[in-house]
Amino acid sequence: MLASRSWLSRPLHERSTRLFLGVLIAALAVVSLLNLALPAGHPLHVSTYTVTLLGKYLCYALLAVAVDLVWGYLGILSLGHGAFFALGGYAMGMYLMRQIGDRGVYGDPVLPDFMVFLDWQSLPWYWHGFDMAWFALLTVLLAPGLLALVFGFLAFRSRVTGVYLSIITQALTFALMLAFFRNEMGFGGNNGLTDFKELLGFDLTADATRLWLFLATGMALALGYVLCRAIVASKLGRVCVATRDAEARTRFLGYRVERFQLFVFVVSAMLAGVAGALYVPQVGIINPGEFSPIFSIEIVLWVALGGRGTLYGAVIGALLVNYAKTVFTGVMPEAWLFALGGLFVLVTVLLPKGIAGLLAYRRPRRADPDPSTTPGEASA
Amino acid sequence: MNFLTSLADRDRVFDFLVPVDSPVDVRHGPILYLEDVTVSFDGFRAIDRLNLTIDDGELRCIIGPNGAGKTTMMDIITGKTRPDTGQVWFGSRHNLLTMNEPAIASLGIGRKFQKPTTFEALTVFENLELAMAADKRILPTLTARTTGEIRARIEEVMTTIGLVELRHRPAGILSHGQKQWLEIGMLLMQRPRLLLVDEPVAGMTEQEMERTAELLTGLAGQQSVVVVEHDMGFVRSIARTVTVLHQGSVLAEGSMNQVSMDPRVVEVYLGAEADEEVA
Repeated sequence: MLASRSWLSRPLHERSTRLFLGVLIAALAVVSLLNLALPAGHPLHVSTYTVTLLGKYLCYALLAVAVDLVWGYLGILSLGHGAFFALGGYAMGMYLMRQIGDRGVYGDPVLPDFMVFLDWQSLPWYWHGFDMAWFALLTVLLAPGLLALVFGFLAFRSRVTGVYLSIITQALTFALMLAFFRNEMGFGGNNGLTDFKELLGFDLTADATRLWLFLATGMALALGYVLCRAIVASKLGRVCVATRDAEARTRFLGYRVERFQLFVFVVSAMLAGVAGALYVPQVGIINPGEFSPIFSIEIVLWVALGGRGTLYGAVIGALLVNYAKTVFTGVMPEAWLFALGGLFVLVTVLLPKGIAGLLAYRRPRRADPDPSTTPGEASA
Repeated sequence: MNFLTSLADRDRVFDFLVPVDSPVDVRHGPILYLEDVTVSFDGFRAIDRLNLTIDDGELRCIIGPNGAGKTTMMDIITGKTRPDTGQVWFGSRHNLLTMNEPAIASLGIGRKFQKPTTFEALTVFENLELAMAADKRILPTLTARTTGEIRARIEEVMTTIGLVELRHRPAGILSHGQKQWLEIGMLLMQRPRLLLVDEPVAGMTEQEMERTAELLTGLAGQQSVVVVEHDMGFVRSIARTVTVLHQGSVLAEGSMNQVSMDPRVVEVYLGAEADEEVA
C-alpha cells in the first residue's frame, strides 16, 4: 500500500507524524483561543507577549529540525547553522527596513536610518528589490541556499566530513559574524536592523499581527517537519542513513554521496533561513549576534537533548531548553550557562538518545510477529 | 607522458567515441583483462607486471601469501587505486583506468570487502533495496517507490542468501556469517557481471563455510566470480581454476591439483603453510 503513495504525502500516513501534527495544531488552537477569547485579567489568559515568545520558540524548533536533518540522518554535525538562520533573518529584515519608508527617525523615503547616519547618498545595489515582498521571500530561501550550495559543494567534493567539517562550519559563521559587524557591509553594523513598522501592510505591534505570525510559524514548523519526514522516509533518506554509517560503502553501491550530502544540506539551510525570517518580525531585531558560534553550538545542544535522528526530538529539545532559558535568565541569569552545561552532561551520560529515546523506552515497541509463539498464545 | 603513449597506442584510437554506458562487450571472450599492470607504493612494487584474464561466467580463485598484492589488485579493478602502468579492460570495450569508482560499480563490477560493511541501522530488506541497480541520482531516489517488481527481486535475493526470515531486522544484529551473505546479496541486487569477493569465509563456522561455497558456485555461470581466499580447504571445495599470486605477479595458474603440484607454488605458499603446520 505504502508503495503507491507519492513521497511527499507519505508522512501523512504515518502514525508518529499524525500525532506530532495533531499535538502541534491543537497547541496552536488552544493558545489562540486563550489569547482571543479570555479577557486580559483572566488567570488562563495568554498574553500577546507570551504568544510572541512561543512564536520565537517555534522558530527555534524549526531550526532544530533543520539541524537534525543533517546531523541525525546524514551524520554531518553542522556548527554553523546559525549562519543560515541569520541570513534568512537578514533577508526578512531588509524587507522590513524598506517597509519603514519615510517613517524612520531621519524621514528619508528610501534610505534606512543607519545609512543616513553613515551619510550614504544612495542605496547599495544589493538593497534593491527588497521593497518587494516576493523578492524578499525568495531571498529568504536563496541566500542561505546559495551559501550552503557553494560551501557544501567545496566541502563535500573534497570529502571533508566529520570533525573537520564541523570546524569549518564554525569558522564560516564566525567569519560572517565579523563581516556583518562592519558598517561598510551595509547591514547596519553591530546594531543590525531594527525599528520595524509593518509586514505586508500589517502593523507589527498589533496583537492580531503577532498572533498571525505565531500561527504562521506553527504552520511553517508543520510543513518543515512533514518535508523532512518525507525526505527521511524516502529511499533518499535511507541513502542518507547509509552514508552516515558507512560512507565509502555507499559510494561503492553507485550513489554519488557528495551530491546527496549537498542536496540535504541545502534543503536544511533553506529551512533554517525560513526559521530566521519568521524569527525577525517577532523579536523585532536582527543583528550579527545571531551569527555567533555560541548560538550555533546551542542549536546542536537542543537537538542532542531532545534526541537526534528523530525530528520530533529536536522540536522537544528546542522548546524545553528555550523555555528553561527564559525561566532561568529571569530568575538567576548568571546560572543559566551552568544549568545548560550540566543538563548537557546529564543527558550525554544518562540519556544518550535524548528525551526522545526516553519516550521510545517508556512505550515498549510492538514486538515482531513471531510465528513460533503465536500458537502458544492462542492456546493460553 | 601518459597522453603521448596513449596516442601511440593503436588499439584504442578514437576510444572517446565509445559511449561510457554502452553494454559490456564479451564477444571476444574475457570479461576482465589486466595487462602488464604495475603499482608502487613508496618504491615498493605491490603489483609487478601482472597479467590476468577472467572469462565470462568463470569462477576463479586467487590465492597467495600475505603481501602478494591480492587486495591491491581488487583496488585497481574497482578504481580505488590507479596503476602506474598497464591496462585494465572490462570486456573489450571499457577501459577501467579512465573511469571512477561509481562508474565502474554501475558498469557491473561488484566488490565484497574483507570486513563485512552492511548498513547496521537499516533492515535486511532496506540494505538490499539500496543496493539494487536503479537510477541513483537524487530526484529519482527521492521519489522512488518500492514496486511489486522490486519487492519480488528483493525476495528472490533474500531466498538465495537465506535471510528471508530476518527481512525486517536491522543488519546490526546479524551474525558474522549472515552479514557476509547479506553483503553478497547486496552485490547480487546490482545484477553484476563480475563479482569480486575478498576472503568470504574468514571467521566463519564449518557450516557457514559450506553454505557460502554452495552460494558462490551457484552464482558462477550467471556472472563471473573472482574469490580471494586464504582458506585452502574452502578454495579446494569451490575452485575450478586457481591463480597463485606472489610478489605482485602471477606465479602459477591452473586447476587446484596442477597448482598444488607446482614446485614453485609449494615453495612460496603451500610450503610455507606446511612449515607452519609442522611448527
